[in-house]
Amino acid sequence: MSSAVGSRPTPAEVVRARPLGFFGDMASVSSRALRLLPRDLEAIIPALLVPLFFLVVTIGAIQNLADQAVSGLDYKAFQLPVAIMTAVTGMSRANSLVIDISGGYFDRLLMTPINRYALLLGLMVADFTLFMVMAVPVIALGFAIGVGFGATGVLGLLVFVLFGALWGLAYTGFPYAIALRTGNPAAVNSSFLLFFPFMFLTTAWVERDVMTDWLAAITWFNPMTYALEGMRSLFAGWHGWALGRALLAICAVGLVAQTLAFRSLRGRVRRG
Amino acid sequence: MRRVYGDVVAVDSLDLEVASGEIYGFLGPNGAGKSTAVRMLCTLASMTAGSATVAGYDVSTQSDQVRLSIGVALQEAALDGKLTGRETLMLQGRYYGLERHAIAARVEELAPLLEMGAIDRRVSTYSGGMKRRLDLAAALMHNPEVLFLDEPTTGLDPISRALVWEQIRNLNRDLGMTIFLTTQYLEEADALTSRVGILNEGRLAAEGAPEELKRTVGSDVVVARVTGDTEAAAAAIGEVRGISHVEVYGNEVSAATGDGASVVSPVAVALAAAGVEVTDLSIHPTTLDDVFLELTGARIEVEE
Repeated sequence: MSSAVGSRPTPAEVVRARPLGFFGDMASVSSRALRLLPRDLEAIIPALLVPLFFLVVTIGAIQNLADQAVSGLDYKAFQLPVAIMTAVTGMSRANSLVIDISGGYFDRLLMTPINRYALLLGLMVADFTLFMVMAVPVIALGFAIGVGFGATGVLGLLVFVLFGALWGLAYTGFPYAIALRTGNPAAVNSSFLLFFPFMFLTTAWVERDVMTDWLAAITWFNPMTYALEGMRSLFAGWHGWALGRALLAICAVGLVAQTLAFRSLRGRVRRG
Repeated sequence: MRRVYGDVVAVDSLDLEVASGEIYGFLGPNGAGKSTAVRMLCTLASMTAGSATVAGYDVSTQSDQVRLSIGVALQEAALDGKLTGRETLMLQGRYYGLERHAIAARVEELAPLLEMGAIDRRVSTYSGGMKRRLDLAAALMHNPEVLFLDEPTTGLDPISRALVWEQIRNLNRDLGMTIFLTTQYLEEADALTSRVGILNEGRLAAEGAPEELKRTVGSDVVVARVTGDTEAAAAAIGEVRGISHVEVYGNEVSAATGDGASVVSPVAVALAAAGVEVTDLSIHPTTLDDVFLELTGARIEVEE
């Protein structure tokens, strides 16, 4: 068995370990994460079915009411960004990262020459790809029920998906921070709870005009409000101000969440 | 090197040198600080104080170069159950920046470490022994200059253990690879290493070639298991001519000697004269466990 190993080794000049560089490292980490995505369907499929279900049920339950309250509102289009946001929020490789930490694979990675930041950014590349893919069935359902991007066309559709994926990417910082800080799968799962204030204290279900005063006031401080408004604006045309505010809101969430994530990464690497 | 976790000193004043091409064994019971020392040398844990050089590079200031030069198989096989063996090795090759053709060549070279056909199965289907061997193969993907093996055979069945031993010998003999091995198995340290460091409570208690260390105790050890007063038994044995050192451990009295066969009868007579009831009296060649007993007053208790 073992005589084959080492007895006729590939020459040392061929097997030469060398640094890949930052982007090469990121590509290596993301290639593993992407390879594992289809093997993790038990986590991905429920995360996709839930927003599809809520999209249909919410429209069924509230559309007539919304039509009466706000004239000219296309409630199906109003709900589509919410479905995208629900699909991508909290759906990260953070659970896999926890398994890597508890199983020792993360230590294996730390002992390779891979750049420390690439360990996290590589996973986020896979997350971003997943978010773009997860948007497809949601958009398809939207088309099936009559939502269209007539005012902005294909480019509007792409920007719509991009904003959803960017929101998901910004938010991943929270579960990654928890994963790296605790190494506990239950704690990572609970990071989804952070999403509730974002989702329920905003204009997810009805417009601000028909809300009670206190809730309407809170929505002004919720970045999700601006992300949703930016995405909804794409159904009506190109509104630079709405899109700019949406991008700023996503960046603000990303800045906070990713700062926490990378600080947690540094802490874990330092603790050893 | 020194490493402190809170109030616990895991490694204290550890000072050692391993020559290129050597198999160095770190021997000690669980909790002695072996794994912590390895984690510091592999750049995985920082030192509280001190410095270390691996493959000519400082582990604190040149950690990237250290990582390029070492291969590591830690105590628990660090594998992803959702990957196949082949994918595990290919990814490992990528992490070290190997070219595609070099990765393919190395995978074919290392595949025989696993059972026939296992390389394309998911790691989650592997036995414990297979996982350890895949872990070893992954550590070897980039032909490291220095290989760290942290208890590479703990928990393995005898056949798997023998295979890993053979592999370690081949790597050292054929490739001149420097191997730093931690173990709690005395026979492993005896069989594989050219030098051993005995670690106890974070400190290096002794260091040398296994035979050299054993000679410091004596060539044989007479062990008497007694019921009753072990101190009286030790005193009686200590009076016997040819006995160089006596240790008590539980109900066992161990006596080091240069010639076990010639002292066993006088030991039996001395114990009878002292009125000590003996349940078992035996002679065995000195082992590293006897060295450990002499140095620390305790035996290495192996935990599977």
